[in-house]
Amino acid sequence: MKQTSKLIPMAVLLALAAFPLLGADYYTGLAVKLMIYAIFALSLQLLVGGAGLVSLGHAAYFGIGAYAAALLSPESEAAGLAWLLGAAVLGAAAYALVTGALALRTRGVYFIMVTLAFSQMAYYVFHDTDLGGGSDGIYLYFRPQLSLGGWQPFDLDQPGVYYLFVLACLAFTWGFLAMLARSPFGAALAGIRINEQRMRAAGYSTFPYKLAAYVVGAALAGLAGFLYALKDGFVTPELLAWEQSGLVLLMVILGGMGRLGGAVLGAGALILLQELFQSQAIFGDYAQHWHLPLGLSIIALVALLPDGLVGLPAQWRARRRAAAPPADAPEAAPAPAPAPAMPLHGEPHA
Amino acid sequence: MDASIFLIQCLNALQHGLLLFLVASGLTLIFGIMGIINLAHGSFYMIGAYMAFALGPLVDRWAGGGFAATLLLCVLLAALLGYLLEAAFFSYLYRRNHLQQVLMTYGLILVFEEVRSLLVGNDVHGVPMPAWLSGTIPLGGVMTYPVYRLFISAVGIGVALLLYWVITRTRLGMMVRAGASNREMIGSLGIDINRLYRIVFAAGVALAALAGTIAAPVSSVYPGMGHGVLIVCFVVVVIGGIGSIRGAFLAAMLVGAVETFGQVLFPAAAGVLVYLLMAAILLCKPEGLFKQG
Repeated sequence: MKQTSKLIPMAVLLALAAFPLLGADYYTGLAVKLMIYAIFALSLQLLVGGAGLVSLGHAAYFGIGAYAAALLSPESEAAGLAWLLGAAVLGAAAYALVTGALALRTRGVYFIMVTLAFSQMAYYVFHDTDLGGGSDGIYLYFRPQLSLGGWQPFDLDQPGVYYLFVLACLAFTWGFLAMLARSPFGAALAGIRINEQRMRAAGYSTFPYKLAAYVVGAALAGLAGFLYALKDGFVTPELLAWEQSGLVLLMVILGGMGRLGGAVLGAGALILLQELFQSQAIFGDYAQHWHLPLGLSIIALVALLPDGLVGLPAQWRARRRAAAPPADAPEAAPAPAPAPAMPLHGEPHA
Repeated sequence: MDASIFLIQCLNALQHGLLLFLVASGLTLIFGIMGIINLAHGSFYMIGAYMAFALGPLVDRWAGGGFAATLLLCVLLAALLGYLLEAAFFSYLYRRNHLQQVLMTYGLILVFEEVRSLLVGNDVHGVPMPAWLSGTIPLGGVMTYPVYRLFISAVGIGVALLLYWVITRTRLGMMVRAGASNREMIGSLGIDINRLYRIVFAAGVALAALAGTIAAPVSSVYPGMGHGVLIVCFVVVVIGGIGSIRGAFLAAMLVGAVETFGQVLFPAAAGVLVYLLMAAILLCKPEGLFKQG
């Protein structure tokens, strides 16, 4: 079990790295989009699944990363990759530091709403002022280039290189978050998620932990936004809209909370469902009404999979155990494992 | 700012705030009593407005017209829709956690928007004003003010007073107040909680649809019109304190004033102001102005 759990991500990584060799440009582009959203969903997983902080404003950091890339790139030449990436990530982190310090004073539903409010503020700044071209958005003409004293190790203008760069960022994000989850910091976050009162009673000052998680999550979302800006070379305020925050939250919940694989699965499932329902080839003229089947699928998936896609095998196993007649398996435990009860209110009791 | 312009903006702020109150009052009750974060509440506003657009001509043809008849029909249909939706869909959500509720009602928004697109299309439509309300009244010198906007304010004030009476003076209102402060307790006291939920939900949908219906001649109907209203109404609910009608009323007035005067005084920052207000209030009072229970 331990061995396979390490082998699967490696195999997926290798398969993804080899994917562009198939030469299907459309699917390569789709895979890039999927990987970017996977990074975005992973960054929110740290907050929701890691620290129990449900943010409905995570798109703000994605959008700030994207706008930083577009606004700081000169119009006539490529910017330096290292400092542009740093600016995007730090820009998102800086906004998260200020707004997170304020938002974390509230909890529960109020926290959801305050994060939403701060993301809407950022949305209106880009939508209503001329800073980033207003509601029309802004173009990024040249992808940034990495240059070490005149030497270019790779060229992001080549689609294959850009693809591998996004994949490397995804692998980095996964590895970083996996490391974080195993660290004392991750353990403290899990404690805060499960019972914050008890953590405080145990002598932890919980606020700095939550704030640090919030800022790190935002920085990674900024990374995803940066990659997204490079993908199409075009950034609009809609990247910060609350629908986008809802979408990424959906990816996390749909995939399964608290597991890194869940965020990636959720991002993949949602992006692929969108592509499927938008397909003219399958649905003809009805493809323009793709929101309808998407909405119905979201409702059905959340209703049928309370633990998300990643919890599906466990759910099946529980069902099979429940269905198996006791005569076949006399030594098996008589009572089927009950589904874990979901508390109605997220907050733990003191 | 000149005195008559100031007066006009005050009237606009009042009208805008009252419309927000109509939507937010249902949202805060559903939030406070059933514990449901209903992202689809803005869709009911949209449905009300589109009903005014689609049913108005039908009422004119079959029932000899009448704006009041259309309004009544829209509100009754919306209440029916709310009642059926609660029975078929929302009653199922009570057993789920907040996150799953958020996601399922998010899915519901997509469904409503797309059904609207299938039925009516994606064009922007105007809705005619009734003739007896389409005049203007003079307001100091050269300025005039449309009667219809005063009508919206009057309806809003009427509904607010009615709600106040129902909540503070009737048996149903007593149950609603009890539900908002402790919903497990009133269930165990032998009150038919399912029936209460259904009535509150139907009323919330009807109020949101009423707001959409009366706003339609001013705002016209357009795709996605529910989204903006939804988010602002969430702000209102959170500022006012979840489950508090009084809080929702005061917060709606405050938000209406900030939005209206923001548009006039700081057009570039108008969108941001409401959220700044909310952030400032929540920093001083993390559970809103009038937290219930």
